[in-house]
Amino acid sequence: MDDVIRIANAQAFWGDSSDAPATLLAQQPQIDWLTLDYLAEVSMSILARQRQRDPTAGYARDFLDVIQSLAPAWRNGSRMRLIANAGGLNPRGCAQACVAILRGSGCAGMKIGIVSGDDVVEQLRSDPTCQHFCNLETGATLTGILDRLVSANAYLGAAPIVEAIDAAADIIITGRVADPSLTVAPCMAHFGWRSDDYDRLAGATVAGHLIECGTQVTGGISTDWLDVPDAARIGFPVVQVSRDGSCVLSKPSGTGGRVNARTVKEQLVYEIGDPANYISPDVIASFLTLCIQELGDDRVQIGGATGQPPTPFYKVSATYRAGFRASGMLTIVGRDAVPRARRCGQIVLERLRRAGFEPQRALVECLGSGDSAPGVLPRRDDLHETVLRITVADERRDVVERFSREIAPLVTSGPQGTSGYFDGRPAVREVFGYWPCLIERDRVQAKVDVLEV
Amino acid sequence: MPHHGAYGPLDDIDARGMQFRGARRIRSMKLRLGQIAYARSGDKGAAANIGVIAHTPAGYELLRQRLTADVVELFFAPMHPGRVRRYELPNLGALNFVLPEILAGGAGLSLRIDAQGKALGQVMLEMSIDVPDDLLPQCLP
Repeated sequence: MDDVIRIANAQAFWGDSSDAPATLLAQQPQIDWLTLDYLAEVSMSILARQRQRDPTAGYARDFLDVIQSLAPAWRNGSRMRLIANAGGLNPRGCAQACVAILRGSGCAGMKIGIVSGDDVVEQLRSDPTCQHFCNLETGATLTGILDRLVSANAYLGAAPIVEAIDAAADIIITGRVADPSLTVAPCMAHFGWRSDDYDRLAGATVAGHLIECGTQVTGGISTDWLDVPDAARIGFPVVQVSRDGSCVLSKPSGTGGRVNARTVKEQLVYEIGDPANYISPDVIASFLTLCIQELGDDRVQIGGATGQPPTPFYKVSATYRAGFRASGMLTIVGRDAVPRARRCGQIVLERLRRAGFEPQRALVECLGSGDSAPGVLPRRDDLHETVLRITVADERRDVVERFSREIAPLVTSGPQGTSGYFDGRPAVREVFGYWPCLIERDRVQAKVDVLEV
Repeated sequence: MPHHGAYGPLDDIDARGMQFRGARRIRSMKLRLGQIAYARSGDKGAAANIGVIAHTPAGYELLRQRLTADVVELFFAPMHPGRVRRYELPNLGALNFVLPEILAGGAGLSLRIDAQGKALGQVMLEMSIDVPDDLLPQCLP
């Protein structure tokens, strides 16, 4: 067996570049596993809506374009395998659609693994007073939102993915899985790690954490982004994980972007809490023992991770209906742009009230004047242009609908220099609240199936 | 420009990032945090975190002493950050701050343009920080 395994990421979120997977494979054919992440915290609520309208939906359809784009490489003998959480609420439906595409593309014989069982909405519904289902952040009990509950998914770990790999799956489609587990699973399968090899699991978890946001570790959103070379051709990340759990992070040669100790450190601290206890379903990893070493040529070695046994729970990400929202923008140009924009905002809200629609929540922002961090960024009221953004949220759809009709009249009744009303009325969108909670592991049954193309 | 006390943002420093205080001997200089550190921020549910990474070990030691949870809480006070928690990562020369309530509802419910806290790192790097003269060369990248 090889001493290293090469794992790449080419999709950081639903909406990331659809060309990235095929481009990455062309740039660096020697990749063992490609991981793709489609699910943000509230993505499941959107998928739940789609599945309500169409029972065959409920997964990330963009993923099918990716499968189509990779099919020629597989037909020509590429051995790269793929793990994606694109299955959303319907991993089987997603897998069946992939089978159809691959059959039509001459890829007969490939195997598609399906990991499901993360959907725990029935467990929550049937036991709403369970203390573990209380909101982890607010402590509120589930009963308060039970009638508005839309989705609830446990973050599964690497184990069911390993099972699919052991069943010779070339493509593994999951629902909700902890993002680093997409990387941990192929390492476990490749090196034969046990589920209590905590230091190695911690190392692979760190590798997964580093690549799960794609180009964020190769120069994207870095503090010195303006100096990142060839940013239009920024490369996606590749980790080469060793048997001891350490890894070397890089990007395909010839691509833009940058990998150095700084980009790695920035991504290590991205969206973490206590760095001594980075909790995943596979292990509790400590970042405090990590050792970062630049190797040059956009390569950085990360080693020294240590791990502790995981908790007896899975984290659950639930979503609930929380009303409606719309946000409208206008650009106000000229002297006193900011005071004029603020007046516009007040006019819209006053008209809404006069029409009998007092919104539950409203916000007026004058972008450019420091309002993106209100009271903290230096406030600038002497601008010659500002973007006025008015946002209204309410449980009642009609309030938000009415608000969306109050922006346009400013084009003629508002200040001179009002511009940027191109897109018509702002869209009224349903809002989903996020409900993080826990569930005991024995109440969740992960399931693995394999389809053959 | 409204001033936010010792830790308010500075946008009137000169090109070298130094501020001289009358004719007195200079003992320390006010720098922008972004001159001795870099940062990254994001959301986790209703909370946001900001990782601040010093360019040098001396800079880290300075930040460890001066950039306390209370200082960060005061800096972000107008945005109601909640009780700020600080974690140290000496091996990375980094501090991690968790601001539990700053997103005013989190990515799903917040009405703000920066509902996900992606801009908070950039905002934090505008904080002004006193750097003793003798430490300055060791703190700059």
